[in-house]
Amino acid sequence: MDAYLPYVLCLVLFCIGIYAVISKRNIIKIIIGVIIAEYAVNLFLILVAYKAGGRSPIFSRTQEILPEAMVDPLPHALVLTSIVIGLATTAFLIALAVRLYGKYGTFDISRMRELRG
Amino acid sequence: MIELYVLIGLMIAGSLIAIEVKNLLSAVVAVGVVGLGLSIIFLILKAPDVALTQIVVEIAAVVLLIRATLNRDIAMKYCGNRPFGAIMGILFTGFVFVIALITFKDGLNLFGAPLMTVSQFYPLNAIEGTGATNVVSAIILDYRAYDTLGEATVLFTAVVGVLTVMRSPGKKKEEDLQDSK
Amino acid sequence: MSKEHDRGMTIIVKTVTRLTVGLIFLYGIYIILHGHLTPGGGFAGGVIVALSFINVDLAFGGKVSDRIFSKGSTSVIEALGGVMFLALALLGLQWGGFFDNFLHPDGEPGMLISAGIIPLENIAISLKVGAGLFAIFLTLITLQKFESEKK
Repeated sequence: MDAYLPYVLCLVLFCIGIYAVISKRNIIKIIIGVIIAEYAVNLFLILVAYKAGGRSPIFSRTQEILPEAMVDPLPHALVLTSIVIGLATTAFLIALAVRLYGKYGTFDISRMRELRG
Repeated sequence: MIELYVLIGLMIAGSLIAIEVKNLLSAVVAVGVVGLGLSIIFLILKAPDVALTQIVVEIAAVVLLIRATLNRDIAMKYCGNRPFGAIMGILFTGFVFVIALITFKDGLNLFGAPLMTVSQFYPLNAIEGTGATNVVSAIILDYRAYDTLGEATVLFTAVVGVLTVMRSPGKKKEEDLQDSK
Repeated sequence: MSKEHDRGMTIIVKTVTRLTVGLIFLYGIYIILHGHLTPGGGFAGGVIVALSFINVDLAFGGKVSDRIFSKGSTSVIEALGGVMFLALALLGLQWGGFFDNFLHPDGEPGMLISAGIIPLENIAISLKVGAGLFAIFLTLITLQKFESEKK
């Protein structure tokens, strides 16, 4: 079980984010839950890529570095893309929240449902 | 790897504070702590590209969140959980947790021993194939440039979406709406 | 005091911003141009450049930053980055295929001028990401001002 412990801790982080999305009423809290779940997914991919005693996937001109000693570079590339997309979607969620605040005057989604009628 | 466990514990504590604290500004600051810990974990796990991008994006996200929540007096008012929200949340996350633990047992490599069957190609051929010494840069801009093109499309769509949602409604349009009612 | 000092934050923040914002901008340019040699690249460098403009906007208020980099020019620069990225991809069709690295054998690996079209693609991506992020920031800020004027 010890070899899986980082994955389990990462899963706990993901579950905290999902719990916030499901149970909270404030829109900003829901956005925070989405951000935390997204961080947990990024962390999980990087944890999968780690090789014990490995090096960063960068060559050097002055030093001989074996390609076999490097960590897995493919998840790094995928996560790099995912982080920037996460920022864009977060900004979109914030814009929606600000718009809803301008319309209803509250961040509370239950009160929004009452005010709609 | 004791520092890894300490940092993940710090991130879990920060995220618990972020979702349970009453003041929204404190919650946003706690999210900043979580992102900073994540950046240092990336550095420990030998991913400097991702660490640099993460810390910069974290700063931008916190600035945007603070600008969205600041100067709104009602934002400081506490709203609690949904009715039955806590029970539903605990049930659903427990379900996810158990399923994921069962899946981890069978289908995942051990921590520190990645499956390199496909991605061994990239470090071996990056210098001859592209000339870039940074292997991650060679992957995202040469071998898998289609991914980057799709990412640019998603970013463009998000920017257009933000501009569409946030544009101030024109006067003529409001009159039209009232006429139709 | 001049008119510039009426808006924005205090004089301390303004002085420190004036000293450091150029260095932040230069660091972003460095991250972009060395993206194929060292950690970094178009994504991180673009966001750093956008953060330097956000810094100016937060410290000096909207009018000063609008004079440097207005909302209209962000969309132009973002479109320019996208067009540059697609043009590089389409130019590869002449030599081998979509996204073919047609400049590759020039230059020695590890030098600044190397790796074919990867530095050019880094510049295109940084223009797109930086201008997009700054456009999002400006939109969120201006709507807030609009709301506060309404009240």
